[in-house]
Amino acid sequence: MTRKSKKTKVEPLFEGSEWTFEKLRQAYAAIEDVALNDLGLEVYTNQIEIISSEQMLDAYSSIGMPLMYPHWSFGKHFLREENMYRKGFTGLAYEIVINSNPCISYNMEENTMALQALVMAHAAFGHNHFFRNNYLFRQWTDADGILEYLQFAKSYIAKCEERCGPAAVEEILDAAHALMDHGVFRYSRPTRLSKRDQAEREQERIRYEERNFQDIWRTVPTNGKGDAAEEEKTEEETESARRLKLPEENLLYFLEKNSPVLETWQREILRIVRNIAQYFYPQKQTKVMNEGCATFVHYYIMNRLYDDGLLTDGAMLEILHSHSNVVFQPGFDDKRYSGINPYALGLAMMEDIKRICTEPTEEDRTWFPEIAGNDDWRGTLRDAWANYRDESFIQQYLSPHLIRKLKLFLCVDEAEKQHVMVDSIHDERGYKLVRTALARNYDLALIEPDVQVVAVDMGGDRCLHLQHQVHDGIHLSEKGRDGVIAQVRRLWGYDVVLTGVDKGTGEKLYETSTAKPAAA
Amino acid sequence: MFHFIDRRQNPKDKSLGNRQRFMRRARARIKEVVEKSIKERKLSDIANGEEISIPTKGIDEPRFRHASSGGRRERVFNGNKEFRPGDQIEKPEGGGQGKGGKKGSDSGEGEDEFRFALTREEFLDLFFEDLELPDLVKTNLREVITYKMRRTGHTATGTPTNLNVLRTMCKSLGRRLALKRPKQTEITGLEDEIAALDSKANPSAEELSRLETLRESLKDMLRRKRWVPYIDPVDIRYNNYAPKPEPNTKAVMLCLMDVSGSMGEREKELAKRFFILLHLFLNRRYKQIDVVFIRHTHEAQEVDEDTFFYSQETGGTVVSTALVEMLKVIRDRYPTSEWNIYGAQASDGENHAGDTDKCITMLAQEVMPLCQYYAYVEILDERETEIFRNMQNGAALWQAYRTVAEAWPNFAMKRIAKPGDIYPVFRELFAKQSDKVAVRP
Repeated sequence: MTRKSKKTKVEPLFEGSEWTFEKLRQAYAAIEDVALNDLGLEVYTNQIEIISSEQMLDAYSSIGMPLMYPHWSFGKHFLREENMYRKGFTGLAYEIVINSNPCISYNMEENTMALQALVMAHAAFGHNHFFRNNYLFRQWTDADGILEYLQFAKSYIAKCEERCGPAAVEEILDAAHALMDHGVFRYSRPTRLSKRDQAEREQERIRYEERNFQDIWRTVPTNGKGDAAEEEKTEEETESARRLKLPEENLLYFLEKNSPVLETWQREILRIVRNIAQYFYPQKQTKVMNEGCATFVHYYIMNRLYDDGLLTDGAMLEILHSHSNVVFQPGFDDKRYSGINPYALGLAMMEDIKRICTEPTEEDRTWFPEIAGNDDWRGTLRDAWANYRDESFIQQYLSPHLIRKLKLFLCVDEAEKQHVMVDSIHDERGYKLVRTALARNYDLALIEPDVQVVAVDMGGDRCLHLQHQVHDGIHLSEKGRDGVIAQVRRLWGYDVVLTGVDKGTGEKLYETSTAKPAAA
Repeated sequence: MFHFIDRRQNPKDKSLGNRQRFMRRARARIKEVVEKSIKERKLSDIANGEEISIPTKGIDEPRFRHASSGGRRERVFNGNKEFRPGDQIEKPEGGGQGKGGKKGSDSGEGEDEFRFALTREEFLDLFFEDLELPDLVKTNLREVITYKMRRTGHTATGTPTNLNVLRTMCKSLGRRLALKRPKQTEITGLEDEIAALDSKANPSAEELSRLETLRESLKDMLRRKRWVPYIDPVDIRYNNYAPKPEPNTKAVMLCLMDVSGSMGEREKELAKRFFILLHLFLNRRYKQIDVVFIRHTHEAQEVDEDTFFYSQETGGTVVSTALVEMLKVIRDRYPTSEWNIYGAQASDGENHAGDTDKCITMLAQEVMPLCQYYAYVEILDERETEIFRNMQNGAALWQAYRTVAEAWPNFAMKRIAKPGDIYPVFRELFAKQSDKVAVRP
């Protein structure tokens, strides 16, 4: 804070829209002051990188990561983003932030100074705090290791391409990407990533193979698929088929460990894709909270700075304009409606928690006895940010007050009925039902299809059996389904059967197999 | 602790590699679309409108996803106005779950078509890949070579204006060091010392002998300085220039077309496609391309593009008038030393009796020596294609031009009857150099 002597008036941090590194530094310092000393945030060291809009498009296409192995699908996403952007359908994000230590955020050079300040508060403090403190990120991702790991992944895949040709690598990556959503552990914590460990593990694999290499096996006739060493291995596994720990929900993991046909480098590629999927898994589960946290933080900090006279009216107006664009939430019957805006919902819930802590009503005291009127909204929010994900956060903190304010209502759509039924609305009877239903709308376990490996016929035709647990009669879209099991077959090397089983009754609903087209 | 890093100077196009991978992957589909667009799209679009949309087959990324309909779904919406529990709402069109405004697919994954923009380069690459033109052209088409003076190292002889001071001084310095030319500071140092000793009132014997040696070495130094000049003629270097052949990057394309009554909309449209293809191709090869449009009936005139293709004229058909006009334009504006000249003529094959001979003479004696390439297309009625399948049959102009084509390898002639013909015809026009002899009887 720059304070001129004798004058009580505080100089604003900046004027005009042009930014300079000096202004950025000053604004950062002021934002940091509020973030750390007022809000009590705890963040990784920030590394703020200024990039051009072309570079932003580049960053988009490689899922926002600064380093990524090459793959055609990233090129496809790039083309789509570029097309949308050039045509003006979408603007570019003002920033991208990466869950790493140091926490890297990209700011666009086209942003005005006011926007840069907003973006810094949003990403470098809001998201950064969330990444560092939320339990999902703490337990499931390794912010220290991710950049190093991506570097390893990139160079490893480049090496594979050199050795085996890009086409072979692309084939494996295509297959692995198809299973990316099913390449995460949901319940057990994954091991930490480390480049050195990776290299060691690979060495270990090679050593093992060398040790166990027996030239005589080469002479044993095989049916073309799978070489002798693997035959030997699968034979061992026949015994231990029961010990495959089935059912297994992490399909990529299962294939990496157990596929009879994959080579070492192919297994390692599956592992890389799986690790990246695992790294992003917490982000998928915390969209509302993550964005809500960042938005709440930037909104609070910007208002504080304005109240302290550090922002000019013009800058504040611009910031508010961008802010309200971000949290814009059209009603369900609006043409612009495309679901509930996670920024809006997250911010509204966090503002509401603040209200409950400071000015609770009687209703709040009944619903939230632990926090109502505790006057420590900062601590309460920090606790929420640290210990919940979207689903549990909504289940815990969505208040009747907010349900009324947003006029939330629950619809039930059953395929066989002619009409959609309004099940509950924002009234006494509906609060809990609406809240639970909304929480379930954010439950990844329900959003993503539940497909698991249930059996392997190791003794016979080595057919791999997958099972899809059908919830509420919602099937898989057929195009994607057949595409994916074809990819699974590629990785497994033998036929794959997918069975749909109703979750409630256990009744078999459908069965599809890769064997059929071959027979026909 | 925090840092700002300015990455703006870092290379962009980081995803270029991925883009190329994608293009390779989707190549077959993109090509189909490109070829289709050549045949069907408005010609004015070809050069600039490269937005294409290709089927997602082969480039989709399958995932396990829930189907968008069926089953029982519970969804929470905001902004309720009048609904009470138990209300029934009409299902929105298309069977999508929930309420209006809900998108059918959330990430565009479900789309059947994938739209994106090809760069002009990519578009033309794909387009010409089939024609294999760029290579063919390099080997087959003549080019006017111009020479340009380029810097090529240094010489020991030259004019003072080309003196390379730096190089000269380097040489001089090296020579002076090697030959131990005394430095001016050393000489003045000695002189000062001598002067100091000289001015002493009564020098000792030791000082006198010292004075003697100093004088000796000064003399030696001065002699050496004289022998080893500061700059010697052998030091001097000049910038050298040599003429370098440079491919000419300018081309003019002269479009000649018969616009008499016998050329209808269809014929003109076909001719236009032919011209545009030629133009596209020349674009690949040359930096600057001028296009001249010459239309003719019984008289010829140079016109702008719109008039050329869209205005109606009546009159007879005298082809030679167009050639005269063409020669005039070349003489006036496009000297062959600077311009590569390409002629393209479209006609329905009719000509005024007696004019044909004149045309042949003009072509053989005046036009062909100037042109890199001269292409003639005859636009046929579709019913005529059967009759004129054989090269030997044909109207007077066709017969006559055949003699020119035999004499000049850079003269090409073809017949086209429908838009689909142009593409292969164009290919043959440029690919035929090697097998030309074989085609001819």
